[in-house]
Amino acid sequence: MTTSAAETVPGERKLPPALRLLLMQLRQLLRHRSFQVGGVLFGTIVLMAIFADVISPFDPNENNYRAMLAPPGGAHLFGTDAFGRDILSRMIHGTRLSLQVGLLVVVATGILGTLLGTLAGYVRWLDTVIMRVMDGLMAFPGVLLAVALAAVLGPSAVNAALALTITFTPRTARIVRGSVLVVRSLPYVEAARAAGATNGRIVLRHILPNALPPLIVQMTFVFSVSILAEAVLSFIGVGPPPPQPSLGNIISEGRAYIREAPWVALAPGVAIAISVLGLNIVGDALRDSLDPRLRRL
Amino acid sequence: MNRSAVSIIVPRVLSAIPVLFVVSLVTFLIMWLVPGDVASQIAGPSATADELEAIRSRLGIDRPIWERAFVWYGNLLQGDLGESYILNRGVLDAVLERLPVTLSLAGLSLVLSVFLGILFGVIAATGHNTWADQATMTVALLGLSLPDFWFGLVLIFFFAVELGWFPTGGYIPFTEDPLGWVRSMTLPAFTLAFTQMGVIARMARSSMLEEQGQDYVRTARAKGLPTRMVVFKHTLRNALIPVVTLVGIMTGLLLGGAVVIEVVYSLPGVGRLIVGAIQSRDYPIVQGGLLMTAAIFVFVNIAVDILYGFIDPRIGHDD
Repeated sequence: MTTSAAETVPGERKLPPALRLLLMQLRQLLRHRSFQVGGVLFGTIVLMAIFADVISPFDPNENNYRAMLAPPGGAHLFGTDAFGRDILSRMIHGTRLSLQVGLLVVVATGILGTLLGTLAGYVRWLDTVIMRVMDGLMAFPGVLLAVALAAVLGPSAVNAALALTITFTPRTARIVRGSVLVVRSLPYVEAARAAGATNGRIVLRHILPNALPPLIVQMTFVFSVSILAEAVLSFIGVGPPPPQPSLGNIISEGRAYIREAPWVALAPGVAIAISVLGLNIVGDALRDSLDPRLRRL
Repeated sequence: MNRSAVSIIVPRVLSAIPVLFVVSLVTFLIMWLVPGDVASQIAGPSATADELEAIRSRLGIDRPIWERAFVWYGNLLQGDLGESYILNRGVLDAVLERLPVTLSLAGLSLVLSVFLGILFGVIAATGHNTWADQATMTVALLGLSLPDFWFGLVLIFFFAVELGWFPTGGYIPFTEDPLGWVRSMTLPAFTLAFTQMGVIARMARSSMLEEQGQDYVRTARAKGLPTRMVVFKHTLRNALIPVVTLVGIMTGLLLGGAVVIEVVYSLPGVGRLIVGAIQSRDYPIVQGGLLMTAAIFVFVNIAVDILYGFIDPRIGHDD
């Protein structure tokens, strides 16, 4: 933990100490070189997604049968697909969908993982039950569980997010549980208990703020892995269904034309790579400044 | 087997039992998540009521869930994973037939990613804070950030379509044509290895950096050993111990990644079997493939854990 016991002793009333520390770290972060690089990369992608409707040169689902599989250049910067749809516009809207799914997974995983991790770490008799189930879920390699779940739930963006949440919650819960276990035995928690604090107060005010830094780092990685995994799901055909453009299904459709029109399949991957790279760099920088314990991983 | 070997192996094997139980339970419950009527999904819209009834009773989905669970576990304990709806054969058979392709893809990628990862890690650590460090770590991070299936398509485009050095896809069994097998597996294995080796490279680097600061390394340098000797005989050997634990995690990543790589390169492995089964709603195959892959992952992790217990004397065996 970066927070020492002395700093979190209750008493200071102006700003919660944990929050003050967070603000201080935020200032530090903004000066961090790789945080800036990652931030600019990912920030560009986020802006692109927010203003998708404004900056897209074409309607992403508009067919143009006079410009089928048109090569990059001219009116279509990244070319068109087999239906004459503008790849750039589809990419921009696909990016928006990717980020929406990713954000949904991050929020759901964060809430669920914190809840399960705290319960496991704080309530002794629940620990074994919860962690055994988490271990079992983590035994499915990679995105395989998400693929199977999304397949039985039916192809849609929400189901993809649900499948990914179930897949990524266990690792998050394990990280939160780890922090809770470390903090719960520290003297200041004992002091709070001796002072008559309720369990709810101890968890919310004294334990969770200390579990926050590793959780934030984990969330950036959940975000980046979700973007990659959502692309895999829609590439396989169990993600958001066409004609709604998603980065994975554009690549999947372009795969058939890899010889004649490689741009259809190749261009969207760049958008995925930039989003994920940006998030990974931001995550690494966050890890460096928030949680020195994890630096070696 | 002496007492300490038993104390390494037995608890680790036992710890797999609850994990495998949860895995099998989740796999069983997946069928229960299918919204709507499974039978009409399989049979299609034109099926008659009798046909639907026949499908339901064949799948056992007309029976209550506890009864189905009972049958599922009964069959599972006898090594029976059920029957495929479409392929007209046992699920276990179908999965086992595809398994060698998946295992050879995952195995090749594992070797390649460990080799590349350690190489990158050593280069980065020995040139700590130089351009070499930055360059290798950037490549490692880039690999981790690329969508693997897309990177596969990029390689297909350049090395198969444009240059024609490798086939665009398909599988040649090793027993038929060893050289053809190598050619058909090179791009898939490299795709998977490149997108995963970053994990190992970063771990190897930080592990090396940690060892480089140790007293014994300083002693080795002080007594005038050449750098190469210090790096390879002293530092690397100790730095690799934590890297070994990654092999278990890597196996999971590679088995999971193999699914989509098999689709991209048209390799007839378990992953492509599962994806095909998803499209034809052949749920028993999906369940069986999922269960088998997870089981393999669990067993590899036990093996790695046991191996780790033997190679690192610092890990206590007697407690």
